[in-house]
Amino acid sequence: MATGQEMQVQEKRELQGKDEATIPARTFVPTTDIYETEQALTVVMEMPGVDKANLNIHVENDVLSVEGRIDFSKYEKLQPVYTEYNIGHYRRGFSLSPATVDQEKISAAMEDGVLTLTLPKAERAKPRRITIA
Amino acid sequence: MIAGLADPFDALFRLQRELEGRRTSDWLEQTTSGTGAYPPINVFQQGHDFVAIMELPGVAKGDLEMQAKESTISISGTKAVAYGDKASIHRRERVAGNFNRTITVPVKIDPDRIKAELRDGILAIFIPRAESDKPRAIKIG
Repeated sequence: MATGQEMQVQEKRELQGKDEATIPARTFVPTTDIYETEQALTVVMEMPGVDKANLNIHVENDVLSVEGRIDFSKYEKLQPVYTEYNIGHYRRGFSLSPATVDQEKISAAMEDGVLTLTLPKAERAKPRRITIA
Repeated sequence: MIAGLADPFDALFRLQRELEGRRTSDWLEQTTSGTGAYPPINVFQQGHDFVAIMELPGVAKGDLEMQAKESTISISGTKAVAYGDKASIHRRERVAGNFNRTITVPVKIDPDRIKAELRDGILAIFIPRAESDKPRAIKIG
């Protein structure tokens, strides 16, 4: 959907969790697109700075939770002089309805800081065309 | 806070507080770009040199172009977000489009030695200060 327009900045949204963290650091909510095709539901999350090794994707009790951790040891020797955005770990969860998603077959791919999760639809959730007599 | 004990978990919190605290800094006030332009940039100092870091998730090397002059670096490119024709969208938070941003560094830099690295959606630009601009120690006779 790219047009010729200049992009707007999106401020990072902080995670307002119900649980308190034991570590006093901010966690952010990754911007996500969710779209659906006939075969599957696709969830695309932007988590810059997170690579495959620091990703934790978990499905339990019909809840899909994604956690991405950043490696901030690279920032150790750096002194901030001008900052426009903050850095932190990412976490987001979605509740899946067992009737729609086949939880055994969820697959994930991570590239350039973008995580693409493919959740194939369970057989009975696939759309059936209704013909008009 | 117990003095003398380094808490590794605190390190991230300290970094976040430092980043947050500087967000109203006007250190780069002669920059040609306005605040609020995409992508947001963090500039750090490492010794005499500078490191500019920005987040560009989903942008590959081919979509990006960087140019450096005496004391400005301009970064431009396109971020694409594309889905198939038959996709029906439930939620749309990602933005796409063109971006073009210029960083002005208020010291003389060496454009030939600038190094850039794009990994996992993070672009890091290492900006070495020009030799002529480095502070020199003055001996008192």
